Parts: sequence; C-alpha cells; structure tokens
Amino acid sequence: MPMFNQSEILDTIRMIDQQHLDIRTITMGVSLLDCADPDPKRACQKIYDKLCAKAEKLVPTGEAIEREFGIPIVNKRLSVTPIALVAAASETESYVPFAVALDKAAKAVGVNFIGGFSALVQKGFTAADRKLIVSIPEALATTDMVCSSVNVGSTKAGIDMDAVALMGRVIKETAAKTADRAGFGCAKLVVFCNAVEDNPFMAGAFHGVGEAECVINVGVSGPGVVHHALQAVKGEPFDVVAETVKKTAFRITRMGQLVAQEASRRLDVPFGIVDLSLAPTPAVGDSVARILEEMGLETCGAHGTTAALALLNDAVKKGGVMASSSVGGLSGAFIPVSEDEGMIAAAQSGVLTLDKLEAMTCVCSVGLDMIAVPGDTTAETLSAILADEAAIGMVNSKTTAVRLIPAPGKKVGDMVEFGGLLGSAPVMPVHTESAAAFIARGGRIPAPMQSLKN
Amino acid sequence: MRAIVTVIGKDQVGIIAAVCAKLSDHGVNVLDISQTVLQEYFTMIMLVDASQSDLPFAQLAETLEAEGAERNLSIRIQREDIFNAMHRI
Repeated sequence: MPMFNQSEILDTIRMIDQQHLDIRTITMGVSLLDCADPDPKRACQKIYDKLCAKAEKLVPTGEAIEREFGIPIVNKRLSVTPIALVAAASETESYVPFAVALDKAAKAVGVNFIGGFSALVQKGFTAADRKLIVSIPEALATTDMVCSSVNVGSTKAGIDMDAVALMGRVIKETAAKTADRAGFGCAKLVVFCNAVEDNPFMAGAFHGVGEAECVINVGVSGPGVVHHALQAVKGEPFDVVAETVKKTAFRITRMGQLVAQEASRRLDVPFGIVDLSLAPTPAVGDSVARILEEMGLETCGAHGTTAALALLNDAVKKGGVMASSSVGGLSGAFIPVSEDEGMIAAAQSGVLTLDKLEAMTCVCSVGLDMIAVPGDTTAETLSAILADEAAIGMVNSKTTAVRLIPAPGKKVGDMVEFGGLLGSAPVMPVHTESAAAFIARGGRIPAPMQSLKN
Repeated sequence: MRAIVTVIGKDQVGIIAAVCAKLSDHGVNVLDISQTVLQEYFTMIMLVDASQSDLPFAQLAETLEAEGAERNLSIRIQREDIFNAMHRI
C-alpha cells in the first residue's frame, strides 16, 4: 500500500495540465493612508517608496511558490487605499501624478496591475472625490498598470445619480482618450454598487479603509475543472450537479488557501481572504459559459441561463466556504464577456444579449463586465446602464460592477481586441432610445427597504 | 521537505534507473514508488524526501524537467502539501 493515492495525484496534475486550474492572483493590499501630504510631489514619492518597500518580494515569492507546488500563479498584483482619500490632503487640482506614481511603483516591483485609483461616492462627493473622478480619463490613458474604480451606490446609502451621470461621461472620455487602442482605458475602469474592500481581482481591487496595514488576498479560479467535473454527470438531476460543483469548488479553494498561507508566511504579511471566484480566461476550456451549456443549454443566453448561473454561483460559495479559514472578495462566478471564450461565441451568435446579461447579474457575483458597446453610445445611455446595474446591486444587497467599453468608431458586430487575459469582445447592441431626461435629473435614489421583501 | 515526483510518457527501457540516478546524484531520498504501464503509457509516482538535496527546490525541478525532455517524458516534482490540501480534510 503506497503512502500516497495515485489517482488523486494524477487528478491534480490533469486539472493543472488540461483543465487550466490555476491561482488567478495573489494580490497584496497596502494602506497608503500614511502617505498623505500637503505637497503632492512628496505624497507621490511616499507612495512610490512605500509600495516598493512593501511589495519588493511579492513577485519572486509568488514565482517560488509556483515552482514548488507546480501550480501556475497567473497574476501578482497590488491594491491600495482609494487614492481620493490619500490625495485629499494634497494641494493640487489634478490627481494624474498619483496614478503615474502608482504605475511607476507597479513596474518597479514587477506586478501586472495595481488597483485603487478609486473614489467612494455612494452618498456624495468630497472635493477630492470629484478631482479624482475627473482625473480618471487622463490617468488611464497615460498609465499602463493602473486600474480605477468608483462606487456609486450601496444598499445602505442608495444610488448617487450625480455620480452615475458623471461616470457615463468619464467612460466616454476615457474611451476617447484611448481611441487608438479601441477604448482600452475603459477595460481598467469599474463602476460599483456595494464595492467590497478586500477584492483581489482587477480592475475593481482597492484596499479598503477597514483593512489592515498590509494583507495578502488570493483569488482562485478553475471554470475548466468545474466543466470537466460536470461532464461526468451528464443527465443527472440538479442535486447531483450542485454536489459536484461544491466538491470541485472545495478542492480548488483548498489549494488557494494553501497558497495564500504560504505566501503570507514567506512575505510576513497577514493573510486576508481567499476569493472563491470562478474567473474565466479567453482560453478554450476555461469558460463559465461552457459550464452553463454543460448543464443542458444549447447556447449561453438561452432561457434557463439565469437559473443555471444561480445554481453555479451558490454551489461555488458553499463548496469554497468550508475550504478556507477566511472567504471574502467577490466570491462567485464571473461573467466577463471578452474574457470568456463561450460568452464571446454566444454574444457573436446573437443569443447572449445585454438584457440577458443584466438578468444574469442578479444571481452571480459581479455585473456587466468587459462588454463592448457601439462607439456612438451616448454618455446618458451609459449612465442609464450603470443606474440599472447599481439598482440590482442595491436592492439585492450584493456587489454589482459595470465595465463597459464604448469602442470608438466600432459598430455592432465588429470585434474589439484587447489582448492577453482581457481577450476580445464583439460589439453588442444597446437600446438607443434616450434616457437623457432621466439622467439629467441628478440627486439620489433613496436606499431601499430592508423588510417587506417581495 | 517531502515531495511527489511524477513521470509520465511513452514506456522505454531505463526510465526508473535514470530518474533514481538523478535523484540520488542530488541527495534526494526515495520513500515510496508506484509505477504502471497502461497501453505503452508509463506512469510513475514517487514520494521523496528532498530536505537533504544539494540543490534549491526550483533548480531540482529544472534538472528533472531537463532530464525528462531528453527522453520525451514529463517529469515534475511538487511539494506534497498541494495534494494533501486538495484531497484531504
């Protein structure tokens, strides 16, 4: 009797080799609150110095763990305190230099994204919030690694419709400033409702003020593994499907937990959370859409897709929760269109529409993610889409995020290429009827009732 | 540190000898072996103790990988913890 189980070992190796099992990201969250300074130049220098000191060993440590465990760790990233809070003390009108400092630090330590050029305005703007938001288009156009997010609503505060209106214009302007790259800047900009403070995934990661000085958060992935597991239970009832997803999610998360603890120990930084999200990539065999289709749908987007996604999202959480000592972030199934081979195919065939995606976001972990829309979509229409999505998050007490790319010069049916993990997206139609008068009202949509829930 | 070595590929003469020689060259002790050949496909799994190895783990992994590449085999070494984490509560 050997001291190991052969089939378990081969199972793990097959998951890594053939089913794209990986750790999607190790994200180090760093507080920059102590970098505030009246002199913006000094503040930027402090930010750069602190990030370089804290994250110096992040990438080599990630690579060493990768090597020893034989598990790919795709991304090493940084998230920081929302910059609107850090820059507020500085006497300056533009926050672009702060983004440049973040970008420089990210490149110096070798991470591939840094999140936190962010503002939280669910109940109103400070002067700094406003300065940050108007700096976003320029900041995203002049930096490579910086990701930006703005929280415009929450279940407790309602939706700040002035912020929603402003963000529609900011998205348009960001697209225009990066028109030579098909509006790529917008792929680094997320508009949230109920943003979480410990999300390790980009582009929406930031290090919330309730967090410790420095933490390690890990995001696992593994749509391919779940898909493969479901292939073995064809035609079985949903109870069996849910059990299979749970067991698979448990295994994936245990691996994430191991890597998180190891990284935390080696870097001497406390372990924050494991985020249990199923995050797809454009690679064949790493798709969330294909999992839904495996449940019996001809194409993702067909009637039944929302129910299938609801089951998947819930089972992933249930399986993962027991596998980790601390679960957080977004934890669920992601449905970014451009980053998912099956979603791209479904959108190209016209079966998967923006309206269906909106319905799907009611039951999964995030929102309308990485969707290309026609370049002539108006700022008001973008704002109206943001408002719809924020309303879903606000009423259902969940996080919703919107990452739309109004690709300049592109029409419905064109393809927009972003490259790498961001993939490529078919331009999807939006309703062209005007919402301008609706968005022009401004003000706030009040927070919803938390009882009489029907 | 205990680790799992897996060797997968087309069967040929001398695989076990070659892998064991490489491991012993670098002070890696073999604790257990299981090996099968299914339809000319060779699969070997070894539990080893790499704590006395003269190479850092990453280099040991590279050496084994290179040895495998020469013989058209996939040879990898991974810390045992990952398998325990995934399959044991």
